[in-house]
Amino acid sequence: MLDSIFKVLLLPEIYLAILSFVCLIFGLYIKKNAFRKTSNFAVLILLTTALLVYLDYETDFANYQNLFSNSSFINFFKFLVLMGSISSILISKEYFLSMKLKNFEIPILLLFSTLGMMLMISANNLMSMYLAIELQSLALYVAAAIKRDSHSSAESGVKYFILGALSSGILLYGMSLVYGFTGSMDFNSINMVISNYDNLNLGLIFGLVFVLVGLAFKVSAVPFHMWTPDVYEGAPNSITAFFAIVPKIAAVALIYRFCLIPFEHSYSEWSQIITFLSIASMFLGGIAAIAQSNIKRLLAYSSIGHVGYILIALVAANNDGIKAVSIYMFSYMIMNVAIFAIILSIKIKNEYLVEINDLRGLSRSNPIVSLSIAIIMLSMAGIPPFIGFFGKFYVFIAAIKQELYVLSILGVIASVISAFYYLKIIKVMFFDENIEDKKPNFKISFQSKIILTITLFLIVCFIFYPSILVNISANLKI
Amino acid sequence: MIFLEHYLFLGAIIFTLGVLGIFLNKKNLIIILMSIELILLSVNINFIAFSSFINDISGQIFAMLTLTVAAAEAAIGLAILVVFFRNLGSIEVNKINKLKG
Repeated sequence: MLDSIFKVLLLPEIYLAILSFVCLIFGLYIKKNAFRKTSNFAVLILLTTALLVYLDYETDFANYQNLFSNSSFINFFKFLVLMGSISSILISKEYFLSMKLKNFEIPILLLFSTLGMMLMISANNLMSMYLAIELQSLALYVAAAIKRDSHSSAESGVKYFILGALSSGILLYGMSLVYGFTGSMDFNSINMVISNYDNLNLGLIFGLVFVLVGLAFKVSAVPFHMWTPDVYEGAPNSITAFFAIVPKIAAVALIYRFCLIPFEHSYSEWSQIITFLSIASMFLGGIAAIAQSNIKRLLAYSSIGHVGYILIALVAANNDGIKAVSIYMFSYMIMNVAIFAIILSIKIKNEYLVEINDLRGLSRSNPIVSLSIAIIMLSMAGIPPFIGFFGKFYVFIAAIKQELYVLSILGVIASVISAFYYLKIIKVMFFDENIEDKKPNFKISFQSKIILTITLFLIVCFIFYPSILVNISANLKI
Repeated sequence: MIFLEHYLFLGAIIFTLGVLGIFLNKKNLIIILMSIELILLSVNINFIAFSSFINDISGQIFAMLTLTVAAAEAAIGLAILVVFFRNLGSIEVNKINKLKG
């Protein structure tokens, strides 16, 4: 009996869903320190879910009529999502407490959106894909507007809601066309139907374009990126950390699965769209970030740029591409966790860090912190000894193997452009003069310190033993 | 006689109206919420038309699920709208301009 329970396909998700409700009721009945206790409980739930995903039982008991599927690629990305949300809850606890945002609902909203993301990664049917996307984004709309007395938080909530709802409407319209012209919602049967056609008919092309536009909104690829900087800037810092770290991993996994499973045989159609999205994101992410003075906006543009490189690997569409995207997403998550762990613990006169210029002279007052920021920035720019370099390296290898020379040359050029603003932060910290009354004050909680140490260790020491991750990701099957 | 293409045409018209409603409207956030509903309902027309045309039940199931999600989305949208109104005292679209750069 117990043995067969472990052979249910969605065991980690079912476990997470039930315990999220338990956590909600737990938070409701606790009088003292409700926020702290629920967020510890949420971390515990996510850790055990991650353990279930890691153990990866063979599933032969229930597969829900192929509404969801299971593969090594899916498990890898689920694991990344869980790790990202665990670390973002841990690093943001102190911030919430000192901002007096003690609603116990916050960790529960993050739990539900994590559940949505896990379902999104494993979706194998248009219906489950749409419902998972909505579960994920409905929780995040509320999270963006959670600071109810702040104008910018409310505004970022409104913006995120309108553009997110528009994008899911467009996605849904595309799905209806795909359904109508193939007669099926299952990814594998759509693939079978399309493999019988020589070219896609007009309705199916429209459907494909609409769905890709909707997904491009979710990964914030240019020209559908306009919500990203505003939402990142307006939302409370720790919610921004969650936005930057987790949902992108799930959306990238979904766009990969959507292009490579149902539309496997229409590479020539979607590769043009993805190529355009990729080039536009890389260049806009690099160029628009130069003018930013707010560090959250800068990180938003940097994440838009990263999406561009990830989409190069999708255009390559070979096993190297899948390997590259796994390594890239891993490094992206690690670097974002590290930089947000630092941003969430720097205070200037009781205010959390907002402007890049507030970092002036940090190297004199906190040499170790500024060195860590410098390492993370160099890694994000893709400078060799650090982990960020390996992500870009494998992406370009995948592109060159597929003879996408133009795309890889453009990628390298965009990477040089974006190095400018990463280096600008290093210059501000090390070479600009400190203004006396605006001294940055660094105070880090114990949990953030552990997370920061682990992530910095991975960033710096990945080069000594890269084969662990490279071997795992080389064997991933989509 | 009404064929599949008539339904699709109706769906496309309502969808376009919904998208235009979001982009052309300068006055009121409630109109944007209504436009989002229009988009979702146009998709429902598509789904049900396709479903009866190809004799497959899953399109109708999807339409039911879309209705449910639309209700949840409207509830969350109105809640966010109330938060916005409390901070600003207005729900004009032109006033959503604090965050830019």
